[in-house]
Amino acid sequence: MLWSEMERLGRVFDPWSEFERMNRTLRRFALPSTVEFPAINMWVSENNAVVTTEVPGIDPNALEISVVKDSLTLRGSRQDEELKEGESYHRRERWSGQFTKTLELPFPVDAGKVEARFAKGVLFISLPRAEADKPRKIVVKSEQA
Amino acid sequence: MTEAAGEMQKKEAETPETGERTRASRIYAPQVDIIERKDDIVIIADMPGVDEKSVDITLEKNVLTIYGRVDAYAPENHRNFLSEYGIGDYQRVFTLSDEVDRDKIQATVKNGVLKLVMPKAETIKTRKIPIKAEGIGGVLNYS
Repeated sequence: MLWSEMERLGRVFDPWSEFERMNRTLRRFALPSTVEFPAINMWVSENNAVVTTEVPGIDPNALEISVVKDSLTLRGSRQDEELKEGESYHRRERWSGQFTKTLELPFPVDAGKVEARFAKGVLFISLPRAEADKPRKIVVKSEQA
Repeated sequence: MTEAAGEMQKKEAETPETGERTRASRIYAPQVDIIERKDDIVIIADMPGVDEKSVDITLEKNVLTIYGRVDAYAPENHRNFLSEYGIGDYQRVFTLSDEVDRDKIQATVKNGVLKLVMPKAETIKTRKIPIKAEGIGGVLNYS
């Protein structure tokens, strides 16, 4: 009896597990601290998904969007500012280089109907759900005997 | 995937403007490059969601403030499924040195990137002080 009691107390006051628990709770409310570039937001309705991502300054024609069933891949790049003789960076925080990101969609989409728009450095992609994947309502006929 | 673009997360602006905000959105600090060229200094800031109509640049004394308004976007009749980045306004404040010619600052916005070109003041450009060698005779007299 006593031991089990101690054990229970020990668990309650273990500062480390308490810390872990708090950490887990907090993590659920915060945005992920590191995500693969570029960061994505997605909205979903029954028959459509909308993906947005912030890729300012890229050449939209060089952006590659490919869709296979329920996976979406974004590929693009952004060049550094080219410096001439006598020019120098005082600060350099902006990203440059190539990126590739693949994400899983909640359902297979109709690749032929995917639409993308690039405005103010934000990419919007609309992905309609594949016809074959849409839930179907089966009408029950009553037999007239 | 390059390292530069590997892990990027929007940073919230450290010093929100004085007073309370009336807009219920976050403020982020845009990432910037600052380049010094022969005749000017260029600030390039990533502000996705901002265009020339929604960016304010103010210069008060020597404090340059960049502010970009972003309207939250959410498609109708959709529910949020994944949120890897936050949406909000942008603000960043710079202290300019005297070498900038305030009246000639130019700003453009393209594809969510703000570019500020700040020409250096004429007086600074020509402020090269020539150093003359003193005549040897004079020096000898005093030694």
